[in-house]
Amino acid sequence: MTLATEEPVVRASGIHKHFGDNHVLRGVDLEVREHETVAVIGRSGSGKTTLLRCLNFLEEPSLGTVRIGEISVVADPLHARSRGHRERVRRLRTHAGMVFQEFNLFPHMTVLQNCIEAPIRVRGLSRAAATETADRFLAKVHLSEKRDEYPARLSSGQKQRAAIARALCMEPDVLMLDEPTSALDPELVGEVLRVMEELAHEGTTMIVVTHEMQFAREAADRVLFMERGVILEEGSPLQLLDHPRLDETRQFLRRVLGR
Amino acid sequence: MATWIVLIGGFVLSLVATKKFDIEFLATWAVFILGGAPLTVAIAALSIALATGLAVLGALGRLSRSAPIYAAATLYVSFVRGTPLVVQILFLILALPQIVPASADVPLIVLGIVALAFNYGAYMTEIFRAGIQAVPRGQREAAEALGMPERLVMRRILLPQAVRIVIPPIGNEFIAMLKDSALLSIVGVQELLWRAETAGAQKFRTFETLTLAAAVYWVMTIVFTLLQERLERRMAAGDR
Repeated sequence: MTLATEEPVVRASGIHKHFGDNHVLRGVDLEVREHETVAVIGRSGSGKTTLLRCLNFLEEPSLGTVRIGEISVVADPLHARSRGHRERVRRLRTHAGMVFQEFNLFPHMTVLQNCIEAPIRVRGLSRAAATETADRFLAKVHLSEKRDEYPARLSSGQKQRAAIARALCMEPDVLMLDEPTSALDPELVGEVLRVMEELAHEGTTMIVVTHEMQFAREAADRVLFMERGVILEEGSPLQLLDHPRLDETRQFLRRVLGR
Repeated sequence: MATWIVLIGGFVLSLVATKKFDIEFLATWAVFILGGAPLTVAIAALSIALATGLAVLGALGRLSRSAPIYAAATLYVSFVRGTPLVVQILFLILALPQIVPASADVPLIVLGIVALAFNYGAYMTEIFRAGIQAVPRGQREAAEALGMPERLVMRRILLPQAVRIVIPPIGNEFIAMLKDSALLSIVGVQELLWRAETAGAQKFRTFETLTLAAAVYWVMTIVFTLLQERLERRMAAGDR
């Protein structure tokens, strides 16, 4: 392969985030390679969701640089509202698909419309091309038969799968999922995890903030453990989940795995 | 409901019985007066439509990051809410031609509709602003995360959802407008109230004609309230 493919798809360096006096991220460096699935684990409040939101500037980092694909943006909290900065951020976002804990599907649009809205109006695809792409990804998340339903008529698991399809339809360089199974009815967690595992095995580049250790173990190439706003330890699932080096990691795992 | 019929029926019967109420006079003018009702509804409908447009612009202004735009929208709301509707109507119809002579050529009814819309637009600005802000934050975030620029987020994601939120309060505004449109009678727009006054003045029988006009306003209000409740139920059904 060429040198270009060895460049990571995502490179975040020196990310800091303050909420007032609260120093939530304290210098995070993160690289994600193409086709890699990275699971981010840690206590709530450790900064993992904030990290994800800083990567696509839903939260403007206080400091740091994010590159996704070919778009690089330097955090600029003082001028976050300036036209130039907003446009750079907007372009960065078109390369990063985001899936939210609460789905955030557009309730006034059908599943298909949810999926083609941004591809048509942001990527500039024709309706036919966008629909074709959407049908492909809806099939991938096993939701083809629900394409013309409104979100209100879907179960939580179906909503989240629709949200995953919507993000994929932008054909982003990386798919970022923020605790995608935390708001689901317990019996529907499995169907969403299954879709995520399939995506991982097909080589979709993903960053997943999750409490699902089983998913991290089976689908992730790499697991990051966050604590107090830094990545404390990282490694392969086997290494990190079964043979953590640090006491903090061990304590956390003992609590979530109950052992 | 039965109580209503007894009370209202008793009131009307006692009036007729005492011969103070000239039902024959009223009958001869009833068609003329009732003919004002469709105009009243049309004025209210057109004014609300125009006011809705102003309200969307006003709300976008009130939510704008641009200081001058925000200030202009706030000035509009403050001015309109700070002055009586009658003054605004008189200003547009009587005072404006002094400065802009061409406005004297505009049909009264058009100026009247503009005045009503201008006034209601300001109140409805706040309804729309609240409606847009009532759309869950996650909707904006999801749209932004897809790389939509601000205008697209507003036009395609937030406004359509805000409209559903504000339809019930706008129904209320329409019902209020039905009655406020009577103010146009003072400048000679020949709607329901003007006709009642004019007919009554022929034989100093305004008691009869105004009673009829009041009854028509009331009935129209009841009918539109029922329609609105229906609409609200249907909208609520679409939600879940």
